[in-house]
Parts: sequence; structure tokens; C-alpha cells
Amino acid sequence: MSEPLAPRQGPAPEEIQQSPPTTVASRFAAWQRAGGILVPVLTAMLAFLIGGLLVLVTGHNPIQAYWDIVKGAGLNWIVHPTNTDVANTAAYNFSQTLLQTTPLILTGLAVAFAFRCGMFNIGGNGQYLVGLYVANWIGISFVHMAKPTHILLGIVGAALAGAIWAGIAGFLKATTGAHEVITTIMLNWIAYWIGNYIFQQGGPLQGVANKPLNIPISGDVAQSAKLPVFWGDADLQGLHIGFFIAIGALVVFWLILNRTTLGYEVRAVGYNPDAAAYGGIKVRTNYIRAMAISGAFAGLAGGLDMLGYLYHFGTTDVQAASIGFLGIAVALLGRNTALGVGLAAFLFGGLLYGTTHGLQSGTIDPSLAGHLTEMIQGLVVLFVGADVLILAVWGSRRRLKRKRPTAGPAPEPEAASS
Amino acid sequence: MEASTVLEMRGVTKRFPGVVANDHVDLDLRKGEVHALLGENGAGKSTLMNILYGLYRPDEGEIHLNGKKVLFSSAKDAIDRGIGMVHQHFMLIPVMTVAENIVLEVEPTKAGVLLDYGKAVERVREISTQYGLAVDPTAKVEGISVGQQQRVEIVKALYREADILILDEPTAVLTPQEAGELFAIVKSLQEGGTSIIFISHKLNEVLEIADRITVLRRGKKIDTVPREGATEEGLAKMMVGREVLLRVDKKPPETGDLLLEVRNLHVNDERGLPAVRDVSLQVRAGEIVGIAGVEGNGQSELIEAITGLRHAESGEIVVAGEVVARPNARRMLDVGVGHIPEDRQRRGLVLEFSIAENIALHDYNNPPESRLGWLFPRRLIERARGLIKEFDIRGGGPTTLGGALSGGNQQKVVAAREVARDPKVLIAAQPTRGLDVGAIEYLHRRLVEERDEGRAILLISLELDEVLSLADRILVMYEGRVVGEHEPGVTEEEIGLEMLGARRQETSAA
Repeated sequence: MSEPLAPRQGPAPEEIQQSPPTTVASRFAAWQRAGGILVPVLTAMLAFLIGGLLVLVTGHNPIQAYWDIVKGAGLNWIVHPTNTDVANTAAYNFSQTLLQTTPLILTGLAVAFAFRCGMFNIGGNGQYLVGLYVANWIGISFVHMAKPTHILLGIVGAALAGAIWAGIAGFLKATTGAHEVITTIMLNWIAYWIGNYIFQQGGPLQGVANKPLNIPISGDVAQSAKLPVFWGDADLQGLHIGFFIAIGALVVFWLILNRTTLGYEVRAVGYNPDAAAYGGIKVRTNYIRAMAISGAFAGLAGGLDMLGYLYHFGTTDVQAASIGFLGIAVALLGRNTALGVGLAAFLFGGLLYGTTHGLQSGTIDPSLAGHLTEMIQGLVVLFVGADVLILAVWGSRRRLKRKRPTAGPAPEPEAASS
Repeated sequence: MEASTVLEMRGVTKRFPGVVANDHVDLDLRKGEVHALLGENGAGKSTLMNILYGLYRPDEGEIHLNGKKVLFSSAKDAIDRGIGMVHQHFMLIPVMTVAENIVLEVEPTKAGVLLDYGKAVERVREISTQYGLAVDPTAKVEGISVGQQQRVEIVKALYREADILILDEPTAVLTPQEAGELFAIVKSLQEGGTSIIFISHKLNEVLEIADRITVLRRGKKIDTVPREGATEEGLAKMMVGREVLLRVDKKPPETGDLLLEVRNLHVNDERGLPAVRDVSLQVRAGEIVGIAGVEGNGQSELIEAITGLRHAESGEIVVAGEVVARPNARRMLDVGVGHIPEDRQRRGLVLEFSIAENIALHDYNNPPESRLGWLFPRRLIERARGLIKEFDIRGGGPTTLGGALSGGNQQKVVAAREVARDPKVLIAAQPTRGLDVGAIEYLHRRLVEERDEGRAILLISLELDEVLSLADRILVMYEGRVVGEHEPGVTEEEIGLEMLGARRQETSAA
């Protein structure tokens, strides 16, 4: 804060007292770092607490419910990780948690990347869906292709589809100033209705075998397009190598942002577009490019899900899909960093699988079970939006602590006046 | 003397983690006195006043108001006891009228719940005529000037029956004319018995307005002195802790080639209205050309057009003899135009970026900072380390965030970045706005050094003093036109008249 002004030559006596400036700076950074870890942890804890209260209100034991979720998510497998046989329930559950984590990492990264460029990409779900459609189409076509090229084509096609889908929003923002929140929401709906159209009875992607049966579901992708499964059985939703692609995407995300000029531009525009423009950075180009990269992550999520374990998709699946929306909570909780997104995706992946497969009607109201994840997701988004509040709660707690010992000798303040 | 003391702060100490913002500070304020609180940015002036205004609690020390000990737990307590504060950044609601803003939270009511707007307007009018504060109670705040908004804030405090008024750097946002008007208001308040604490880091205005002056340095009170016998040099020494050079020391310019030429430039503002009208100017190597003018007369648009940040309607920009075709920010940087922007926080720096990243803002895309799109953070840091030393940037290292630096050091980062690119032309827009004496001294000296290096420097400043002391040639802008050109020997009065448009007819006809 104080500005040292002693001349540089010679150690002036004031020089000794010059620790404050550096301390302030380092403290500022430390506070940021602390806030960076503290806020998400407190946010998640608060969300779980409120979720637990709800379980309590419905007359069940929240601790038991959460323990069931932990077991349902297969986290107890970590105690004896050598047993990777999926016949073991814990190991199987854990593999399923990772299967859910995979697309969440990518849709989380999609939201996070746009955020880093100062944009709120609500369209992760639409981008995820178009990625899924394109992967499905590529998977059922090109049946004579060799496996590696077929998979590569499917994945790249899905990512490209997502990039174009989000790129439209970026383009509209750059050229007409249309707000990306509005345009991505609208693009979600377009993707949604395209899905309803292509898989419906008589739709272009409806499975040939499903047509006479009047089932609005696509055909299965060819064997050559299916991602290799490395844990479990492909017929029983085993964990596919897309998981490693998602982990790789976390690294790529970090590298792009911190080790490339593209990432430098993205961050500069995200923090301060005026300063970026002054620095010679083309702000509009960056909006389009960042949106496209963001959409590529979400499209990739759709592609991996399709080629990894879904293999086919139907109109009801389109209507139920919410992985893209969950990505918003993942990015917010993960503070838009690679590591944060990875951890938050794992948390939500576990919740998603744990609540649907771990809870028994004895421990929780069955009507509540499936909605607990969504509720916690909603609470997280709510609290992250209000992280100032969380910090204030934390701050007042500390202030209370400090006040207590000094309360004794403090003079009565208002006594003399009024 | 005891009887007339309205406020006494004794041994006030406030510690923030790692810093003692106020270290046993004493301050007493007499009835009807203008008491200046002088100190550099970060000396603890604002902290002390925030304690007085109830926004912070002191860790130690006592406040006595009219002989009684008080402890405020909020600004409301302070307001209730007759303390008013006008902050640097006004706290007004733009869409509401002046009267509505003033009576906010203490509205006169009809039938218990309805706002008695008529009465509010009348009361505001009463106060403003009493102290000569010309404000229209029915005007909307968004439609009035900054100087008028400040008056609204003052009336707001008086409406709440403040008899102690704290003005936090009140002239920082004002034009010289408005500052003159403010001083007249302060005098009339003083005659009416209001005691005023006037926070400032400008020596000349403190000597003009204050009865007594208290100097703070690094959280400690250095001394309280009466205005009689105080000098700018003496106060500056107390503020900074060493001798300060107040006059800029410079040799006559040795001008060389014509490096920047602007020909018949027309530029529109955001609303599409002409802001720069047919401006032509020339800056040679080795000279500083200063542009004086009241804020909002096209200076900002002119700079933005020259630096490629704003599209010009017509006209040419010539750098070192070559017409720049289709200027944009990147191209102007590449042809050698450096730019210290007028708002370092909005434009000059990315506050969330480290010093190293900020210094790379123009060069991140060139070797050695990066190659083929791959960035080398270590090289950014290496480069920053050298410049931090050369420009004496204090308060952190290469990885310290820009936002964690003081204003003076932020400006040094901007200056370091621009100068390090070895530009032919350097555009310095309000390079010392909001900075303290030490930083101003440094930047002025540096600009003169860069001039002597053979750069062409275009200086734009709202501070007439700054233009007069630095520039080798002075242009005056009024309503988008250059209305006068002068040698440095010109008087302030002469330029002042042109700045207000008094001689427009003759000059624009010429």
C-alpha cells in the first residue's frame, strides 16, 4: 500500500521497513489462493449440509444416506484397490462413477474455457447433443473403415460439430453483439429439436431395425467405431478409453491457457477486453475462437459418450440429457481451473451414479433419491454465484473468534454520547 | 483553543495484516477550520478518515467529539453525530433526481409514508442558496457534470446536518475551473461554521485552502503546521521524507526528424457525433508536444485514433514519413507508436495479470516471448525482472499481480512496457493522474529522458501545470479543434481562456 520512495542507491534507513509492500502483494495472492480453495470447499459443504437437512426433514438419517451414496459411487473400493474385478460391487460402482465423470470433465471444461474468455456458455448441453448426433451418424455410417480411423473420425467429427455449434454463438457475439447467454440457450433448443426430429419415427437416424417396431431410437454404432473398454465389459457399460481422453483434455486446457499465445489472448480478453484491444489483441476473433474451442470440449463429451458406452440414442434420451448443464456447476465449483474442474467432475460423477444406484428406499425417500444430485447441483450454482456471501460468512466467523478475547477490556463506546 | 476544538483523535492505530495503516495518529479539528490531511497514496489518510466515519474500528486510540468520547460502529453513527463525508467516487443513483438523492433514507414524508417531494426540493434549494452551491434539485444526476455531482454530495451531507465535513481528494475529478468553484464553496461553508477535513496530495491546493495542515507518511503523523510559513518544498519533504524536485529539470529540446504527423483528422465519439474536427499536428524527434484542454474536448478520441483504437472518419496519420494505411492497434504498435493510456486500470493493465504478463502485452506474440504460438513464461519473467529494476517498480516481483501494486508502480509498469519497445513516438495521456509526488517526479523525469533519447512525445494532460512544465510546444484543444499553439513561456491565463473557448473565432478563422 505505502509507496516506498527512497532513492535506489544505498540502503536508506527506510529500506528495512519495506517488507509491507511485498507482504501486501503476497498476502493478496495468498488470499486469492485461499479463496480459490476455500470457497469451493465451503460451497460444496454447505450444499451437502442443506441436502442433508432435506433428507432429515423427510424422516431419514442424512449420514446414512450420504454413506449410501459414497458406497453407491464405489468410493469404498479405494480401501482395497487391488481388486479390480467388476464382479466386485465396489469396483464396478467406481468404474461407473468414472464413466459419468468423463463427459462431466469435458462439459465442465467447455464452460470453463468460455468463462476464461469472459463469456458464459450455457450451451454446453446443445453442443454435447450435436456432438453425440454426429458421432452416432459417423458410427453407423462408414462401416467398412478400420477401427482407429473410424474412432478418430467419430471423435473429431463430434468435437467439430460442438465447435461449430458454439462458434455460431461466438460469431453472433463478435459481429452483432448478441449476448452469448441468449444465443447459446436458443442453440440448445435447436439441438434439442433436431434430436427429436432425427431419432423419431421415420427420422433420418432412426435405426433400421427400429422402424417397423415404431421405436424412436437410432441404430447402434458399428463395432469399428466403439471405443475400447479397459475396465469391465463393453456390454455392461465398461469404462472406455475416453476417460483418458478427458484427463488429457484437462492437461490440454491448462496448456492452452498457460503456455500458448492463444491462451494468453483468451485470458487477456476475459479479464479486460479494453486492455486486450489496447495490447493489439483482436477481441472479436477471440470471442469466436474461444467459443469454438469451448464447444469442441462439449462436442467431444458427446462423441465419447456415444462411441464409449451409449452406442445409440433416442428421443427420450435427448429430452433427458442434462450432462451439458451439469457442466456449468462443475466449472463453477472448479473455479474454471483444470484441476478444479477435474475434481468437481469427479464429485458430481460420484453423486450422479451414487444417488441413482446407492440409495435404498429404507435410507431415503425414494422420490427424493434421484433429485438429490440435481438439488445439490442447483445449490452449488447458487452458492458459487454468491461466493462473496460464503466469504462473508467465513469472515464473520473469524471476527467473532477474535472479538471474544478483547471483549473484556473494551470501553463502553456509546455511553458518553447521545 | 480548547473550547473551539470540535474533534480530537488521539493515538489512533489501525493495523491490517502485515501493515500498520495508522500508527498512533493524533489529529484535532477546530470549529470553522479547514484542516488539510496531506500525504502520498497509501500514507494512511483514507484509513484515518474511514475510522472517523465509522467504516473501520481503530485497534487503539480514542475519538472525542465536542469533548465526549465516541466509538462509531457504522457510518450511520457518524452521520448521526454530524460527520459527513464526500468520497472520491460518488455514491449517487444516476436515474434519480438531485433532490431524491439528497433526501435518500431521511426523506421528508407526507402522511407518514409518502415522499414529500416538494418539501425535499425546497429544503435542497434552501441549503444550496445558503452556501452558494448551485445545483438544480429537479435535475437527474446522470445529466449533470461531475463538479455538480460533487456539490450534490456536499449538500447531501449538509442536509444531514453535518458540522464536520470530510472531503476525500475532492479535486481529483474536477477541471481547474470546477476546482476554483469548489474552493469558493469550502470558504463559504467555513464561514458558516462547518469544520472541514480536506484530504489531498496536491501541495498547491492545500496551501490555498487550508488553515492548518497535518502531514502523514507511512501511517505516522509527521507534523501539523499552520498554513502561514508553510512552503511547497517543506511540505513535499515532510510527505516524501526527502528533498523533492518540484520543477522539471530539462534542457532546451534538440529536435530532429518529423516522426508523427496528423493530417486533417476527423473522429467521431461513441454516439457517432464529431469529437475531433480537422485536427492537424506535428511532433518531431526530441520534443514534447503538450495538448491542454478541459476534459471531453476530443483529446481522448484524438489519442485513440492515433493509436488505432478508434476508427477515424477521415484524415491521415503519418509515422516517420510513412502514411499508416488502415490503422489498427496492432499496426500502430508495429510502426513504433507507444502509448501510455489515460486510464491505466481500464486500459493500461490487465489487473489480474502478473507484472511479467502485463509487460508482455504487446510482445507476447513475438520471439523470444513465444514461438509458433508457444508461450515461454520464464522468458516473460526474465524480461520483467530487468525492467522492474530499471524502472524501479516496487511492491512485488515479476509474478505479482498488477492489481496488487500501488498506482504509481502500476504506471511504472505501463511506462516500462511502452518505453522498452523503443518506440519512435510515445503518446502519454495523463501519465501522472492520481499519482503522488514521488511517482510524478519520476515519470516527468523519465519523459524528459525519453525526449532526449530522440523520441517524439505527445503529452495530453488535464493538468495545465503538467503541460506547461513539460511541453516544448503547447496546443490547446477546444470542442475537437486545435484552437491555439504556444511556446512554453505562455501564461496560464492565456491558455485558460482558450481552453474555455474564448478565442475560438479568431483562431479557427486563421
